[in-house]
This record gives sequence, C-alpha cells and structure tokens, in this order.
Amino acid sequence: MIKIRKLIHDYLKHDEDGAVSEEIRALAGLDLDVKPGEFIVILGHNGCGKSTLAKHINALLFPSEGEVWVDGMNTVDGEKLWDIRQEAGMIFQNPDNQIIAQVVEEDVAFGPENIGVPGEKIRKRVEESLKSVGMLEYRRKSPGRLSGGQKQRVCIAGVIAMRPKCIIMDEPTAMLDPSGRVEVLKTARQLNREEGITVILITHYMEEAIEADRVIVMDKGKIALQGTPREVFSRVEEMKDLHLDVPQVSLLAWELRRRGLKIPADILTREELADALEKVIS
Amino acid sequence: MGLKIEDISFTYETGTAMQVRALNHISCEIPDDRFIGLIGHTGSGKSTLVQMLNGLLKPTQGRILFNGEDIHGDGYDRKNLRAKVGLVFQYPEHQLFEADVLSDVMFGPRNLGLSEEECRKRASESLFMVGMGERFFKKSPFDLSGGEKRRAAIAGVLAMHPQILILDEPTAGLDPRGRDEILGLISEMKKKLRMTIVLVSHSMDDVARYVDQIMVMNNGKLVYNDVPSEVFRHHKELETMGLSAPQVIYIMEYLKERGLPVNTEVLDIQSAADSIMACMGPAGRGRS
Repeated sequence: MIKIRKLIHDYLKHDEDGAVSEEIRALAGLDLDVKPGEFIVILGHNGCGKSTLAKHINALLFPSEGEVWVDGMNTVDGEKLWDIRQEAGMIFQNPDNQIIAQVVEEDVAFGPENIGVPGEKIRKRVEESLKSVGMLEYRRKSPGRLSGGQKQRVCIAGVIAMRPKCIIMDEPTAMLDPSGRVEVLKTARQLNREEGITVILITHYMEEAIEADRVIVMDKGKIALQGTPREVFSRVEEMKDLHLDVPQVSLLAWELRRRGLKIPADILTREELADALEKVIS
Repeated sequence: MGLKIEDISFTYETGTAMQVRALNHISCEIPDDRFIGLIGHTGSGKSTLVQMLNGLLKPTQGRILFNGEDIHGDGYDRKNLRAKVGLVFQYPEHQLFEADVLSDVMFGPRNLGLSEEECRKRASESLFMVGMGERFFKKSPFDLSGGEKRRAAIAGVLAMHPQILILDEPTAGLDPRGRDEILGLISEMKKKLRMTIVLVSHSMDDVARYVDQIMVMNNGKLVYNDVPSEVFRHHKELETMGLSAPQVIYIMEYLKERGLPVNTEVLDIQSAADSIMACMGPAGRGRS
C-alpha cells in the first residue's frame, strides 16, 4: 500500500533576503512498508518527524531525497497528485479547522463534489460514509452543535466519502475529551476491520496503540523501534529514553517486576496482569 | 481570600431559539494557594465558567466575589481583575506575536501601565520561572520549539503576577515528556509563588497526579467538588458524563474483581504497586 525508501526531508529556513539560512532535517533516511489493511500506530515525541511523515504520504510534502509510493504511485508524479490525495485521506488534530459547511451532510459531500462525482452518487456516498462513522442521524444538523468527538467523526466521514484505501490520522484525539477519544478510536478500528481501510494513526496516547497491528516509534526522523504493541511496550526503559510512556498496565507490571515479582515482561492488558498475579500466588 | 462564586447561572443567546443554559446555579469557592483540577466533557460548561472567573463573561444570575468584592459591582476595576486572575488559553503559543520573547512577555505588564523597568524585571523573572534563561530573551517566538512556545506564553501571564492562574488544557498536543515537564513546572510555580492554580484538563491521569481538589462539570452544573480519591470513587458516574477515572483505578478495580484484595483508591503506579505487593505476601518475592 505504502512504500517509503530512504526518505529525507529538510525544512529550509530563509533569511530576509530569501537565501537559505538554515536546514532542519525532519526525516533522516526513513524506510517503511505498509501492507493493505494494516492498522499502524506511530508514536514519537514532539519534533521527531511523525507529522512530516504523515504529510509525505498524503503528498502535502515532497521528499528532499528518497521516494514515497502510495498504491504504486510516486508522490512526485504531478499527474497523480489528486489520485494520491484521494487514496490516502488525512485527518488532523482540530476538527474545527476541517469542517467548512453549515450542515453535516454538505460537509461530507464537499470532497466528492470537488472531484466531480455525479449528484445521485454523492448522496449515496454521503449516506454510507455517515453511516459507517455512526453519524447518519445528525446529517441535517449544524456541525457547530456537535461534540468534539462527533465533529471529528464527521471529518472522517468526509474523508471516507472520497473512497480512500488509506487514512492517515495525525493526533485526531488530542483535543477531545475521554468519550470523544473512545468514539474516534472505535470508528478508526471499525473502518479498518469492516471496510479494510489501511489506518495510520499518530498519537501521544499510548493506550490507543494497544490494539494496533504494528507500533512504530520514531526518533530523530527515523524509526527507532517497531513491532507488535506487546513487543514495543515491554521495552519500558527504551521508551522512557525516547520521551514516551507505555500503557499504565505495562508500566505497573514493569514496576512489579522491578520489585521482584515473577511475572512476564510483556503484559499488555489487565486480564494478563490478573492471570500472572494469580499464577504467582498459587 | 480568592474567588467566591454565589449561585451563578449563564444563558447564551437568551430569548432566541438558540438559547442554551451553559451554567446552572453554580456555587463554589476557589481559595488561595490551592491546586484545583476542573474537568468535564466538551460542552459541559467549564470554559464558560473559566471565562466568568476573570470577568470575560458576566453571569445572567448570581454574583462572583474576588477577595470579597463583587467583580461586576459599580466601579470595580476589571482590568486589574484580569491581571490577578490570569487565564492561559488552549494552544497559547498561537498568541505569541512580538518580535522577541522578552517583549512578548512584557506585553501584559506594559498594558498594566507599569514602568518599562518594572515590566522588564517581571518579564525576565517570569521567563526564568518557566525555565527560559537569558539566551531565549532575544529569540523570535517563532523560532522556539512547541514546548518552549507554550512556556513563553505561560510566562506572559505570570508576568501579570496573578493570584489565581487558570490554564486551559496546557498539555494538549504535547508528548508524554512534554506533558510531565509542563505539569511539573506548574506544580513548582505553585509552590514557589503560593498562588492558586486551576487546571482545566481532559486527562484524568494528569489531574490525579497533581491537584488537591477536583471540580467536575456536567450539563452546566457542578456535580462534584472534592479531593481526587473521593471524586474518582464515582468513576461509574463519571463515565456517564463522558469522563473517566485514571487508568490505574480501572486496573485495580479489575484485580479486586478477580479476588485480589488490593486498594482501589490509588492514584499512581507507585502506590498501586505497593498495594499489590502487600497482597502478594511472601509467595511473590524473590528475584525474577
């Protein structure tokens, strides 16, 4: 689905005369392959390059060096630009910056209208998209009256209406309250499982990564760690060095091990923790 | 003395079809030298309440007293109130605008009509307080990292010498280390300056770790106002309000359900581990 080879991205700073005064390397030779239907979570501290990476997949940025392929299309191929953006939809942090229409269904219709989908088909797509994010009953409502989680789901519907194969979500839950966070995450998982859409989720909430197929941890513009959530979150010390956390259950299990309790190092859920503790007692 | 809120209500767009009652008969006190967490789902009324506290909005009913005086009374100096009850908005880094960091932080004190010298003194003290030494003073705010920008913005409000500092989601969008840094900084500031902090947050884990009192808003009402362990005891009710308790409480609740006699009123990993170790007895000891 996505193939990234030796991707380098330099942000250039210009002085008052327009000459380049500074180069900041945001991505430093990154390789990544994403299979169709995968659910990937990208973690990393602020400034590690994860948002820059996301913008490359959506062809909002282009490589300084290296290549990015989305479904067989090279992102530097100008003719394919719109196809790429349609195939790899993007969701940002703040839903308020992404909603443009006065009515929910008009907002969702905006994308398909822009690519010239005929009227009758648009109606159908809008309906299906709103249904798949559980927002169909709000179709005639004003987005301004929705909660943060609901707004973000409308944004997701807007992306789905473009029939993408892949959705990249850049901290979609950062501004939401706990229930909004749960709603958005559930929607992402559902789209992945039921519709087979590839999901790349960028987040600072470690708990959101537990059910991912693969967790990728970025540092200094490269992949520092990757593996299943179980593999990644059992490496508590390395994660701390990378300015990150692990889910609270893993952290508690790690602390108990540190204090001498004989339990496995890769505990990820409270069920596993209870099982392990029972084993110790018996 | 602090703030005293007496039975305030607030309705947006009164008399129209869009009428919304954002605050519904709220009474509470925000005393001096206290660390308070204010939680509630989006639209629960917490932002409206916060804007009441420094006089940006006027209640449609009820009174707000600051140090014993009605803030909407005749001739009350609300400009001074806004200095004394400082408000740091969400994503405050978007509000930096001066050519260099020091001038940006001096903007508030300048507006209070203080001498240039006093403004400079306050600004540099505030910047030191947020861990930004002299090497930052002449930098452009736009050249700072995300976390630095946020700290500079907080310094801007600190330079007003507030008695109460309200921070709306100060950790939104920061990575775990950044979150710890900002919250550690706020906690440190509180101790040094002995001011009251009101932390508006969606992160129950953050709130549990730092504050000594939690106020919970739901549908415009103040439903809980108590110490964290008491408030989080109601985690089932919190969930119906779109909120949650800290993760660690759920873990402990589950272990208890499974028959381990652990303490479910812990708020951090260390005390959770203490409690688990205590129930494991000698069976679990030994090096792994």
